[in-house]
Amino acid sequence: MVVETEVIRREYLRHDKKFPHVWCPGCGNGIVLGSLLRAIHGLGLPKDDVVVVSGIGCSSRMTTYIDFNTLHTTHGRALTFATGVKLAKPRLKVIAVMGDGDATAIGGNHFIHAARRNISITAIIVNNSTYGMTGGQYSPTTPYGSRSTTSVYGHVEHDFSIAELAVTAGASFVARGTVYHAAQLDKLLEEAMSKRGFSVVEVISNCHVQHGRRNKLGDAVTMITGFRDRAVPVAKAAKMTAEEMQGKFSIGVLCDVDKPVSTEEYERIRSEACQLKS
Amino acid sequence: MASAEQGQRVLLQGNEAVVHGAIAAGCRFFAGYPITPASEISELLSVMLPKVGGTFIQMEDEIASMGAIIGASLAGVKSMTATSGPGFSLMQENLGYACITEVPCVVVNVMRGGPSTGLPTNVSQGDVLMARWGTHGDHPIIVLAVSSVSDCFSITVRAFNLSEKYRVPVILLSDEVVAHTRESVVLPSQDKVRVVDRIAPSVPPQWYKPYADNNRGVPDMAAFGEGYRHHVTGLVHDERGFPTQQPKEIESFLMRLHDKITKGFSEIMITKNHLMEDAEVCVIAYGCVSRAALMAIKMARQHGIKAGLLQLVTLFPFPRKAVDAALRQCKAAIVPELNLGQMAREINRVNQTGTRIIKHNRIDGQMITPNEILKQILGVS
Ligand SMILES: Cc1ncc(C[n+]2csc(CCOP(=O)(O)OP(=O)(O)O)c2C)c(N)n1
Ligand code: SF4
Repeated sequence: MVVETEVIRREYLRHDKKFPHVWCPGCGNGIVLGSLLRAIHGLGLPKDDVVVVSGIGCSSRMTTYIDFNTLHTTHGRALTFATGVKLAKPRLKVIAVMGDGDATAIGGNHFIHAARRNISITAIIVNNSTYGMTGGQYSPTTPYGSRSTTSVYGHVEHDFSIAELAVTAGASFVARGTVYHAAQLDKLLEEAMSKRGFSVVEVISNCHVQHGRRNKLGDAVTMITGFRDRAVPVAKAAKMTAEEMQGKFSIGVLCDVDKPVSTEEYERIRSEACQLKS
Repeated sequence: MASAEQGQRVLLQGNEAVVHGAIAAGCRFFAGYPITPASEISELLSVMLPKVGGTFIQMEDEIASMGAIIGASLAGVKSMTATSGPGFSLMQENLGYACITEVPCVVVNVMRGGPSTGLPTNVSQGDVLMARWGTHGDHPIIVLAVSSVSDCFSITVRAFNLSEKYRVPVILLSDEVVAHTRESVVLPSQDKVRVVDRIAPSVPPQWYKPYADNNRGVPDMAAFGEGYRHHVTGLVHDERGFPTQQPKEIESFLMRLHDKITKGFSEIMITKNHLMEDAEVCVIAYGCVSRAALMAIKMARQHGIKAGLLQLVTLFPFPRKAVDAALRQCKAAIVPELNLGQMAREINRVNQTGTRIIKHNRIDGQMITPNEILKQILGVS
């Protein structure tokens, strides 16, 4: 394990980049980053063939630090840039990293359409229930009643379940993991990246600095171990009542289906049209 | 659906000619969202692109379209989108992204009456200053205006070439009249079309600095997936592409963006003179209005008035030299526009000689007629 970490660090971090990174100590983003790199390493993907695209937010800074073709885009639009990259060069492995606000508020429309389109991109959504980078305002995943810098009296709106949204929108593969379950997260990311079609991994993560502090959820360790206690494997969750699931969430693979992939379909159209011409 | 064989005489509408120009220039990726009066560009490209090995996609909106063409361009494929006013508004943030990341791409805005959803099927030139300043921050950009079907072909090719050479988004301003007018044109055969491609790095990957200055001020551009792994960000970045907060690095980076365009002025500034040799009164016009203006100066000549037309093809960077020469030469300049004087404002700004500048504006969705312009010419003669 120690050797492994050393290999990952040496192979995949950008050493010519002016570290340190922008993340707060203990932020779950680092764990997601580690998982992402281990998954890519595990799959043996050549670095030159990987493109990591991100939006704007704390989690989206990930692209700065890793040695691939990286694209740090505009807020909410990561999937649109990723779509262009993938369609223009289908052989590339395109991964999009986004925050919950990034992916499902400002980028919500792109998210559901990427899923509907079933384009071969892996979307990793770091769900920390808040807008971390802008100072802890409520996001589409902020739980009802919680406090944020824009809901100091308690939040009156209801939250999205990102993974379920992705299933309904038509993604081929959808999973949910947490930064506590790092080993499982490595696997989920590997599976997602090997999947043909649009794959989504929602990662429940901690923003103890903005969200945790305001809602008295404790420090990083307390929040992360809290995920251990609240996470229920998908199969078990399916047998539990809504009441039993109160305050809990399912983890694991929510959906894994095979259906035509737009990226591949278009390649077929292209080769047919080219032949038609000659 | 028109199918034009290059080298043959064909009847085409402006929007179709834009498509042929784009394909000839090497465009192989288009992302767009339907909007009148630009839709025919999408429709025809959806047919033609796959035939030449390219890709067409209809995105969920214009923000997405702009993002997708930037992504495709970064993957090494010449890309374009086409829209009209409301869609162009939505593209602005990502347009700024293309400016700061120096991603070549072409954005066609077929202007219609605004503001807002405005006059969907009526002509306008209301987006001129927006094309220059619509996105936030100081940034260079190239804005070209087309006036005929043959322009739609050749200026689209130019737009791609300039975009590739200077690594800058180029806005091609068309308008409803040019877009939907059918004219008979001969499209040049492919071997007659000058095509410029971005310069790829030739150094070993470990030496590559994606935003390093060179004598052109335009860094070599590596495509994703070719071994030159690098970082692209909309944050102000150093020459390696990483975000920087160093005042020195910020300034030299942003100045380079402007300077590269300054260096190319003589090539970027496209204007056309019609009967300007001995002109005493001139009309300065662009887009569909320059067609009416051409007719008007010919009519004026029949009245014995020495009238000429300076047609602006490049609107930004502003073709100051050509405008200045016309203003020095003439006692009066008439500036007809389908807006309340957006270019007249620029012309006034550079007017050093006290030449009379007469605006002539229409914002009722109708064309400016040759007779209207003639009346203005007669008025100053
Ligand atoms: C168009 C636009 N609107 C707003 C912002 C400001 N902004 C930057 S990051 C951010 C929120 C990020 O939150 P999230 O996506 O949840 O990611 P996190 O920081 O929590 O990882 C916002 C609103 C922006 N950069 N662009
Ligand atoms: S603000 Fe929150 S999400 Fe951002 S780095 Fe700090 S802990 Fe992480």
